[in-house]
Amino acid sequence: MLRIKRVPTVVSNYQKEDGEEGSRQSTGGCGRNCLNKCCLPGSKLPLYAFKKETKVVDGNEMAAEEMKQQDPPVAFLESLVLGEWEDRMQKGLFRYDVTACQTKVIPGNHGFIAQLNEGRHLKKRPTEFRVDKVLQPFDGSKFNFTKVGQEEVIFQFEASEDGEIQFFPNAPVDAANSPSVVAINVSPIEYGHVLLIPRVLECLPQRIDHESLLLALHMAAEAGSPFFRLGYNSLGAFATINHLHFQAYYLAVPFPIEKTSTRNITTLTGGVEISQLLDYPVRGLVFEGSSLENLSAAVADACICLQINNIPYNVLISDSGRRIFLLPQCYAEKQALGEVSSELLDTQVNPAVWEISGHMVLKRKEDYEGASEENAWRLLAEVSLSEERFQEVKEIIFEAITCVVDESVVKTRSSDEDQDVEGRSHEEAGNLAIVPGKPECLVQN
Amino acid sequence: MESQLDLIEQSFDFRYSLWVREALDGLPDSFTITDPCISGHPIVFASTEFLKMSGYSRHEVIGRNGSMFQGVKTNRRSVMEIREAIREERSIQVNILNYRKDGTPFWMLFHLSPVFSKEDGKVIHFVGVQVPILRKLQRSGTDLARNNGVRISEDGSGLHENMFACCRREVYSDSVAELDRVLALDSVLSDDKVDESCKAGDIEKRKAVTAMNTILSVLTHYSELTGRLVCGKRCCVPVTSPLGASLNISLGRIKQSFVLTDPHLSDMPIVYASDAFVQLTGYSRNEVLGWNCRFLSGQDTDSSTQFQIKESIRMEQPCTVCILNYRKDKSSFWNYLHISPVRNASGKIAYFVGVQIDASGKNQDEKCPGPHTRHLSAVGAVKVAVRVSSMGASTSR
Repeated sequence: MLRIKRVPTVVSNYQKEDGEEGSRQSTGGCGRNCLNKCCLPGSKLPLYAFKKETKVVDGNEMAAEEMKQQDPPVAFLESLVLGEWEDRMQKGLFRYDVTACQTKVIPGNHGFIAQLNEGRHLKKRPTEFRVDKVLQPFDGSKFNFTKVGQEEVIFQFEASEDGEIQFFPNAPVDAANSPSVVAINVSPIEYGHVLLIPRVLECLPQRIDHESLLLALHMAAEAGSPFFRLGYNSLGAFATINHLHFQAYYLAVPFPIEKTSTRNITTLTGGVEISQLLDYPVRGLVFEGSSLENLSAAVADACICLQINNIPYNVLISDSGRRIFLLPQCYAEKQALGEVSSELLDTQVNPAVWEISGHMVLKRKEDYEGASEENAWRLLAEVSLSEERFQEVKEIIFEAITCVVDESVVKTRSSDEDQDVEGRSHEEAGNLAIVPGKPECLVQN
Repeated sequence: MESQLDLIEQSFDFRYSLWVREALDGLPDSFTITDPCISGHPIVFASTEFLKMSGYSRHEVIGRNGSMFQGVKTNRRSVMEIREAIREERSIQVNILNYRKDGTPFWMLFHLSPVFSKEDGKVIHFVGVQVPILRKLQRSGTDLARNNGVRISEDGSGLHENMFACCRREVYSDSVAELDRVLALDSVLSDDKVDESCKAGDIEKRKAVTAMNTILSVLTHYSELTGRLVCGKRCCVPVTSPLGASLNISLGRIKQSFVLTDPHLSDMPIVYASDAFVQLTGYSRNEVLGWNCRFLSGQDTDSSTQFQIKESIRMEQPCTVCILNYRKDKSSFWNYLHISPVRNASGKIAYFVGVQIDASGKNQDEKCPGPHTRHLSAVGAVKVAVRVSSMGASTSR
């Protein structure tokens, strides 16, 4: 069994109490106003219902759509997240003021971002984590999100029933309906750092499924800001809590991984394009194009495949849910096997999804001051699978995706073809349906 | 919306005089000019050729953001590169797939350049030149064939349409010859798909640079008429305005009424005022920039409230008050005001933000977040924007 020792991140103020000693099981109005059965009845939380229907729009429709509403409900979710987060900040729920943490772009070609965060790992003893199993059963005795206080939850997030965006400032929490919630992370690594916990009361282990990933993509799309990204760490890839959750925060600069060039590998039948990262220390895949649903399904299939094959990985949901980065990694495994240099280990940097994307959260002043592209590169190079292993993993993924996608083609086929007619470029020949020629295009000039 | 169109007109005529439009319209190039200082970073000018190419009419384009021409297949990385160039106030050339009004996509070389005010080095406008890309047909043929060889041979006309929609310059160069080449390609079935995107060659790049130079020289020339000179290269470090174009753009996205004040300047003057603030108070932006917020107070303003504000600023603490303020026309309103310090990338307080909600107005829709959340969401959005505005390395300041 492979284990590593690390300081767990304190994501909730209710996490401190149980920790290593095992949780203090409490029932019947525990007095913490938590999300458990003891406190939930009668509770109310804001509810944000997003528009589920996500028609694929091409440039034309999109423009027409925007024309209709001169003043679109600008960034409604964004203002909710920011407003509620700031509220919790002014209430003093965070362990530190993250805006008081220094941050900078490291000089170089890639623009790695460094942050000095000395407060994040304090006051916690290192704990052992098992890193050789990507799928582990949920353990109710350990900290999980049903134990957080309701004041840390900022709203419930679900699909709207009538297809329109809706907001209820005081919606009852319907336990039977298994609400998905957004909660603050009390150890933020940037402004607006929150956790999306799908169907929190179902106590799902950290494991991606189709429904949950789609929910995360909806959140990214709904927030509508390229600087609000969601991330996911699997077990064995620096997730510390085995209760299904995504993270998200605002950082208004491009991440190095988003800037790096890619090479297109293939286009799936549903129109999802898969490329491979080039010139980046961590080998990984990029999924983009097509509809939110198709994109989500393809990535979920890939994630599920990695989970089944026990390959730890990280996911970055970028560009308002339009681009998704999938990064299998092996750092924790190397660390457990003693293959990582002490120089790297001493920095105590845990290469989770944010670090891999190029946002390096550093714990020591000397590392921040001496931060260089070389150092960031050296760390991330350790995270990456070897070229050989990556090729293997890629093949496993493609095998899994193409099988699954082929099945779903039958259902989605007709709508896809409709879309091909208009919104296609020559590059996109994935399943290009040839349409009757439009002679005016030939003579226009 | 109307007030924004006014702003747009001002943005242009104020700087280059009324006659510049005619001169720009006389140019054969396809380009747009945008103003980063207006909220939403809207297009303030679109050339005749651009309208012809995109299929939109002028009023459909003016006031809108350039992202309206992007679609499903637009490369997201290119979009990000443009966004970053704007943030860093530098020029960029990038290949990008855009969409016409009728929904047809076309590849072009997009060349963006900032226009600076000679006086203070601030970015005034961005010029975006669009050059349609002459595409190497061989590659597209290969891609099409690889992905769906069967369909291609079924109906050649569809294939041509698709290619020519994107690479029309080849069509008029020698359409008959090209047609033959395309037909010949129908049989090509190959697996090596090198790079799907359409890349501009030297011809396009040169064409873009030439067009850009011409436009910049027209703008420079006409700015001489108004005495408010512009230039294509930053001639001095901006001193009078502490906010760069990128911060202006991010702040412009925030629809609420707010101001930023700079505690490091004497008497803590306003350095940014949002459109909604201008609307709420009736003052123009130029009338408020550089002044301390106390001009909003008047005869019946409670001095203890003013003191409370002063104290919380001194303590660097947020505060919420309800204060009687006056508009430019002397009418008074209850200002439900929230003030909060805002830190920059080094973690130091760079500004204070003041968010105003007119409390004398009607109650808000219950389905919206309450005034408390609206205050704080503006604060949050400002904090996010300011936090990165001084991150160094890639910023121009």
